Amino acid sequence: MSNATLVSTVVNGDAVQFACPSDESLMTALRDRVGLTGVKEGCGTGDCGACSVTLDGQLVCSCLVLGVEAEGRNVETVEGLAQDGQLHPLQEQFIEHAALQCGICTPGFLVAAKALLERNPNPNETEIRYALAGNLCRCTGYDKIVRAVQAAAKDMRKAKRR
Amino acid sequence: MRYEKPATAKEAAGLLAKEKGAAFLLGGGTDLLVKLKMGMVEPDLVVDVKHIAKANEIQTTAKGFSIGAAVPSARLTEHKALQKAWPGVVEAANLIGSDQIQGRCTLAGNLCNASPAADSVPAMIAAGAKAVIVGAKKRRTVPVEKVATGPGQTCLGSDELIESITLPKPGPRTGDAYLRFIPRTEMDIAVVGVAVCVTLERGRVKTARVALGAVAPTAILVPAAARALVGTSLDDEALEKLARACSAACNPIDDKRGTVEYRTRLAGVLAKRAAKIAFARAGGKS
Ligand SMILES: Cc1cc2nc3c(=O)[nH]c(=O)nc-3n(C[C@H](O)[C@H](O)[C@H](O)COP(=O)(O)OP(=O)(O)OC[C@H]3O[C@@H](n4cnc5c(N)ncnc54)[C@H](O)[C@@H]3O)c2cc1C
Repeated sequence: MSNATLVSTVVNGDAVQFACPSDESLMTALRDRVGLTGVKEGCGTGDCGACSVTLDGQLVCSCLVLGVEAEGRNVETVEGLAQDGQLHPLQEQFIEHAALQCGICTPGFLVAAKALLERNPNPNETEIRYALAGNLCRCTGYDKIVRAVQAAAKDMRKAKRR
Repeated sequence: MRYEKPATAKEAAGLLAKEKGAAFLLGGGTDLLVKLKMGMVEPDLVVDVKHIAKANEIQTTAKGFSIGAAVPSARLTEHKALQKAWPGVVEAANLIGSDQIQGRCTLAGNLCNASPAADSVPAMIAAGAKAVIVGAKKRRTVPVEKVATGPGQTCLGSDELIESITLPKPGPRTGDAYLRFIPRTEMDIAVVGVAVCVTLERGRVKTARVALGAVAPTAILVPAAARALVGTSLDDEALEKLARACSAACNPIDDKRGTVEYRTRLAGVLAKRAAKIAFARAGGKS
């Protein structure tokens, strides 16, 4: 690897270091160097959202971020959703609603939906559809995904009240 | 490819001036990294503007607003004062891509990518926005309509970058609006984009600026369209004149999104709708 840069970052709460060439995308660095293959490569050009992660809490396509840009930042991937072996309410409801078939788009949808619910704990259907417009699914037809997000939002609001 | 993250615009300009190979500025990367992936660009140097402190700020001054070149669209939407002053500019910036893109894309990048269909550009032009350009030796301020010189081309020298975009303080009874037409509801490239800004006096349009996108090699300011509105309270005749002036200013391409004829006609239709919204936002009653 010529001209590799050492990048120190935090991924899902853990300090991580990786070395990558400066033209490598964060998506490739996360998959091939950090081993987080929940970050999926769909289009590689920002259209499909399969590689969605958050960078300092901001939802982004990791294919449109350079690996070197992660220096000193906080990255969250789908691998960070489950806590202590407990699935996130979004993951539970995606299973419950069968909101997936082949599963390639699912990590991106989960990360994007989590970002939405952090900003807006009670989104209506239109808000969900707009917020997930950057995530493409070619199997389920979106309806089950929207319902799963609504159900998870409800679960999360309930859990908060408790 | 080398990656640099200078702390000032001056330092960035110095890096650009020294570079002998292909150098590119990196804002949100939502255009540049797509081109990198496609092999359309082969940079020797990429200069990230996101570590320039000034480029990350939205400043409210006596003269208006200064929006740093690294500020992503998502932050414009959250800025209440900006949203109130220039709703058309904010709604245009908000149309760029998905939430994922919104977290990264910048006004400066939208402008410097110089796509004829860039959504925020007509809105910035109608609002009278200016680009503050920093070079290795000097600074200059250029009206946004003068920045793009053709598809993918700008007036920036090889050592220059945009540090910020300024928007004036809107006068009383001023309103702006941006509308674009796309075949889908999200995530598509404008077939036509129209921005209108009006300032009223005693219920009538005192001054106006009308800008079109996606109908010429660059976004264009259309003075004849603005003249059609001045002195009127947006009666049907004024709106028809506006539509004719917009259609007459079109010099579009034919592509899968729209034919020349369609784009030309649509520019007039959208202009009427955008003018009504801008007029209402300025407090006008028709
Ligand atoms: C999925 C997707 C959807 C999109 N949808 C839309 C849309 O609906 N409407 C639309 O208009 N665009 C759209 N775009 C294009 C793109 O997101 C916008 O043009 C965006 O505003 C570019 O900003 P950026 O900061 O990401 O630019 P970058 O990619 O960082 O830069 C773009 C160009 O400008 C140059 N540049 C960047 N910053 C500066 C600076 N400070 N000074 C000088 N030059 C600079 C770069 O060198 C590069 O040539 C979309 C892109 C994607 C991937």
